[in-house]
Amino acid sequence: MPEATNHVDDGIDYSDIENKYQVQYDDGFDNLVVVDGVPIIDKSKHGKLMDKVVKEFGKKGVSIKHDDIFMPWDSASGKSKGFMFIEFRNEDDASHAIAAIDNHPFDAKHTFRVNRFTDIERYADLDETYVEPQVEEYTPREHLRAWLADPHGRDQYVTYRGDEVLIHWHGKPSQSEVAYKPDWKDFLYVAWSPLGTYVATLHRQGVRLWGGSSWKAQQRFAHPLVKLIDFSPCEQYMVTWSNEPIMVPEGAIQGPQYFSPDDEGNNLAVWDIKSGDLLRTFSTYNEGDPPAVKKQMQWPVLKWSPDDKYVARITPGQMISVHELPSMYLQGKKSLKIEGVVDFEWCPLGEKDKEDIMVSAVPGAKPTKKVRENKLVYWTPEVANQPARVTLMGFPSRSILRQKNLFNVTECKLYWQNQGDFLCVKVDRHTKTKKSIFCNLEIFRMREKDYPVEVVELKDTVMDFSWEPKGERFAIVSSNDPNLGNPGPGVTIKTDVSFYQLDHGKNDFRLLRTLSSRTSNAIRWSPRGRHVVLATVGSSSKSELEFWDLDFNTDDRKEGQSDWGSGIQLLGVADHYGVTDVEWDPSGRYLATSASAWTHTLENGYAIWDFRGQELVKHIQDRFKQFIWRPRPPTLLSKEQQKAIRKNLREYSRAFDEEDAAEESNVSAELIALRKRLVDEWNAWRTLRRKELGEERLQKLQGKEDAKEEIEVWIDEVIEQTEEIVVVD
Amino acid sequence: MSTDCGHERSLTQIKFNAEGDLLFTCSKDNIINVWYSHNGERLGTYEGNNGTVWTVDVDPQTKYLVSGAADNTLRLWAVATGKCLFTWEFPTAVKRVAFNEAGTQVVCITEQRMGHQCAIRVFAINQEGDGTKQSKEPIFMFNPIGSKATVCAFTLQPHIIITGHESGKVALFNVKTGEEVDSNERAHGDVVTDMQMSKDWTYCITSSKDKSARIHDTKNLMVIKTFTTETPLNSAALAPSRPYVLLGGGQEAMNVTTTSLRQGKFETRFWHKVFEEEVGRVKGHFGPINTIAVHPAGTCYASGGEDGFVRVHHFDDSYFRAKPYGDLEIIE
Repeated sequence: MPEATNHVDDGIDYSDIENKYQVQYDDGFDNLVVVDGVPIIDKSKHGKLMDKVVKEFGKKGVSIKHDDIFMPWDSASGKSKGFMFIEFRNEDDASHAIAAIDNHPFDAKHTFRVNRFTDIERYADLDETYVEPQVEEYTPREHLRAWLADPHGRDQYVTYRGDEVLIHWHGKPSQSEVAYKPDWKDFLYVAWSPLGTYVATLHRQGVRLWGGSSWKAQQRFAHPLVKLIDFSPCEQYMVTWSNEPIMVPEGAIQGPQYFSPDDEGNNLAVWDIKSGDLLRTFSTYNEGDPPAVKKQMQWPVLKWSPDDKYVARITPGQMISVHELPSMYLQGKKSLKIEGVVDFEWCPLGEKDKEDIMVSAVPGAKPTKKVRENKLVYWTPEVANQPARVTLMGFPSRSILRQKNLFNVTECKLYWQNQGDFLCVKVDRHTKTKKSIFCNLEIFRMREKDYPVEVVELKDTVMDFSWEPKGERFAIVSSNDPNLGNPGPGVTIKTDVSFYQLDHGKNDFRLLRTLSSRTSNAIRWSPRGRHVVLATVGSSSKSELEFWDLDFNTDDRKEGQSDWGSGIQLLGVADHYGVTDVEWDPSGRYLATSASAWTHTLENGYAIWDFRGQELVKHIQDRFKQFIWRPRPPTLLSKEQQKAIRKNLREYSRAFDEEDAAEESNVSAELIALRKRLVDEWNAWRTLRRKELGEERLQKLQGKEDAKEEIEVWIDEVIEQTEEIVVVD
Repeated sequence: MSTDCGHERSLTQIKFNAEGDLLFTCSKDNIINVWYSHNGERLGTYEGNNGTVWTVDVDPQTKYLVSGAADNTLRLWAVATGKCLFTWEFPTAVKRVAFNEAGTQVVCITEQRMGHQCAIRVFAINQEGDGTKQSKEPIFMFNPIGSKATVCAFTLQPHIIITGHESGKVALFNVKTGEEVDSNERAHGDVVTDMQMSKDWTYCITSSKDKSARIHDTKNLMVIKTFTTETPLNSAALAPSRPYVLLGGGQEAMNVTTTSLRQGKFETRFWHKVFEEEVGRVKGHFGPINTIAVHPAGTCYASGGEDGFVRVHHFDDSYFRAKPYGDLEIIE
C-alpha cells in the first residue's frame, strides 16, 4: 500500500494501523502434498502418466487437474525423480486426498505414499536423539457410584427450574442440602441413567453424560437435534432419537464416534456408553408409510432385553427384529416374522434370576441349571378367521412357550410384574355390537409349569394397571363414568380403585378391596411394595394424594391370620395443587410430587412427603420443570446378608437412633447459641422496660389479668460438692 | 373452635374486652355485634350507624364501647344495654378509635377527604352518670403533618400517642401541642394496617401492606423484631403468655378473583416473637383476613375476614405445652 504511506504529509503516521490491519495472505503450503512412489519415466511418457494419475485419483473421489500436478525432472538423466507435487484448493481437500490416496497401489510395483508438503520439511528437521517419553502418572478415575457411599445413606434428586439445574441430597431436614450446582447450559432436559450412574443432558449438538463425585463430563454422543434418549437396563448402551434425519455435512469429522455418510437419513442411533462409539443407526420412518399420516410414535422404539444382550424393534403388522449386542447384527440373520403383531415386551429379570446368573457366571461353577433364556411376549389382533392371540416366546431359541387365544379384542396392553413372576395382559373387549367396552385381565403365572393363565373379568373400563413391585398384588383404576373418553375442561372423571391379591389357597387372584367414587387416576407403588399412593394427576380442580398401606396390621399379627383385605389402611391424605408428576424415591421412604411448567404455569414447584403423607419439603418456584430422584443400582448384599441385617436390625438401628436423639437435643450448636443470644437480648430489653414502668404499675397491670396465682419456685441446684476434712488438733 | 356468622359483609375490626369473655366485631354492614367468646353465641348488637363501621374499642371496665364509622360519626355505646349514649359528628369518616389505659380518654383519627385534612382528636369520657353527658368538643385536636395517619393508640406517657401512617411511617405525637415527638419514617414500606399494644403498653406490633409486621418499642420507636411474609398483611396481634405473634392478610379483595383460592394465602400465621420464624398456620377463611385479636389470657384467638366470617379458635393443650425451641425462658 504505497499510496497510504505516501500520505505522511498529513502529518499523521498510519503505519501502526496499517500493520495491524494488513491483510494476511495465506502463504502456507498446507494445501500442497507430496506423492512418492510415482514411476520414474521419460519425458515422452509424461502425458500418459498424468492421465493415469488423474484417473486413479478420480476413482478415489479426489478430483485433480493436470495443472495442479508438478513433477520435477532430473535434468541430467532426463528422467523424472519418482515424486510429484499436487496443489489443492485448500487444506481440507489436501487432508481428504491424504486419507484417500496414501498407500494406494498404483500398479504392481508402485504404491503411492502421500504426505503433506509441510510435514516433509518437519520430518527432515526432526531431532534424531531419542527422548524417553514421560510416563504419565496413573490417575485413578473417580468412582461413578460415589454417591452411594454417603455416610447418612441419603438419596439424591435433580431439579431443573428456569435455566438452573441443582442436584440435592435428601435426608433428614438437617442433612438435606444442595449437593452440586452444575453450570450446564442450553439443553432440553435432564435424565438419569437407570442405575443412577450418569445424568444426561440433551443439547443441540447431542447428548452429554455427567457423573462421578466431581460431576465431570463422562461421555458425549454427537447426535444433533436429539429429542429423546433411552438407556439400556444395564447402562451399557444408549439410544438417541431426533425427529430430524441425520445429515453428514461435507468435511464432517469422521470416526467411530461420529455419523458417517452411510447413516444419512436415519434418525435413531445406538451408542456404546463406555467407549462413546456409534454402533448403528436406524430410521423410524417405515418404508411404504405415507409420510403425511404421522402416527404417534411409541417410545422407546427399541426395547432392550433385561440383560442388555438383545435389543428389539417392531415393524407393526409384520415383524420383530432382534439385534445382538454389541455387534448390532440381526440375531440369527432373520427377524421374527409375525403377521399382524402390534406390541411386545421383554420379560424382566427378577432378583433371583440375577443371582442365578451371577452364580453360573463364576468360573468353575457347575452348570447345574439350564441357562435362563430371555422371554418376550407379543400379541396379534383378530384377522379374518384368526382369533387375537397372546404369545409367550423364549429367545434366542424362538420356542413358543404359551399361547392364548382371545376374542372380541379391541386392544391389549402387556404388564410384567417387575420380578418377572407374573404377566398381566389387559384386554379391552367389546360386545358384539361394539358399543360398549369392558375389560379382562389375563394373568400368566410365570413361575409355574406350563404358565397357567387365569382371567379376571371386569365390567368397567380399566384406565390404569399396576403391579406391586416384588409383590403378589396389583391395583387397577377403573371407571364407568360416561364422560370417560371425551375429556373436556373442568371434567374430572370419577374412578374406582381396586386391589387384588394372589390367594395362595386357591391359587388365583381375588379382590382385596375396592375404593369407590374417587378421582384418582394414577397408581404409584412404593419400589419396596406395600405402600401405594393414589393420585389425581392432570386435573385442574382436583389434586388429591392418598397414602395407603396394604399391610397395616401384619406387624402385630402373624401373616396369613389376618382377614382378607383387612390390612388395607389409609395413612394420610394430602393435596398438591396442579400436580403433574408423582414419584417415589428409590428407597420407598419418600414421595415427591411436582407441578411442571411444561404442563401448566400455576403454582409450579415440588413437594416431598414421607410415606405417611406428611409434608416434609415444599417449594413453589415459577418456571419449575423437572424433579427426578436419582435411581439406585440393586443392592450388592446377598439374600443371606440382608436376612442377617433384618434379624439384627435393633443393633444396627441403635447407632441411628442415637444419632437422631443427638440431633433432636442439639439441632445445631450454632443455632442454639443464636437463639440463646436472641432470647437474652429480648429479655434484657424487657427487663429494662419493666423496671422503668415501675413495680406498682406492673402490679396493677398484672393484677388486671384474671387473678392468677403467683407461684414462686426456688430451685437449689448443687453444682459441686466437695468434702474437706479439717483436722483440728 | 366456632365460626360466627352474623355479618353480611367483610369484617373491619374485632376486639376482646379486658376479661376476654366478650368479643366485639364491626363490619361494612353498619352493625356492631357482641358475642360470647367461649361458644360464639351472639349477645347483642349495636345498631345506629349509617355506614361501614371501621373501628371499635371497649374500655377496661367493659362499660363503654366507642365506634367510628363511615357516616362521619364517633359513637359512645353502653356495652350492657346496647344504647347509643352520645354521637360526635365530623366532616369525614372515622377510621380508628382507641381508649387509653384507664378508659378515661378516646383518641380518634378522621379521614383526609374533600378538602378536610386528616385530624386526630382526643375526647375525655365523662363516666359520671349514665354517660350521655359528654362534651362535644375534643380536649385536644391537631392535624398531623405529612402522610395521613391510619392507626393510632395511647402510650403510657401522658399526652403521647403512637401513630401508624399511610407512608409506612410510625410516629409519636404530643396531642397537647400536636408536635411530632419522634418518628421512624421507614418503619414500613407501605400502609400501616394495624397496631396492637402489648399487655404492659411498652411495645406494640404493627402490620403493613409491605408484607411485614414489626414490633416497636413505644418509648423510642426502635424496631425490635421484624416478621417478613409473602403476602400483604392486614392485621397483627401479640399472643399473651406464649412467645408468638399472629399475622393475617392476603391478596387485595379486588385481586382475589384473578387468582386461585389457594394463592390468596388466607391463613393466620403464627410466628415466633423472638426468633422471627414461622411456627404454624391456621386455615379457614375464604378471603383475606382483615383483623385478628387474641384473648387477653391467651386461651383463644379470633380472626375476621373479607368473607364476612369471624372465626374463634381455642388453643389446645399442646399449644401451651409445646416448647418448639427448648427451655429458654422468654419474658413477656
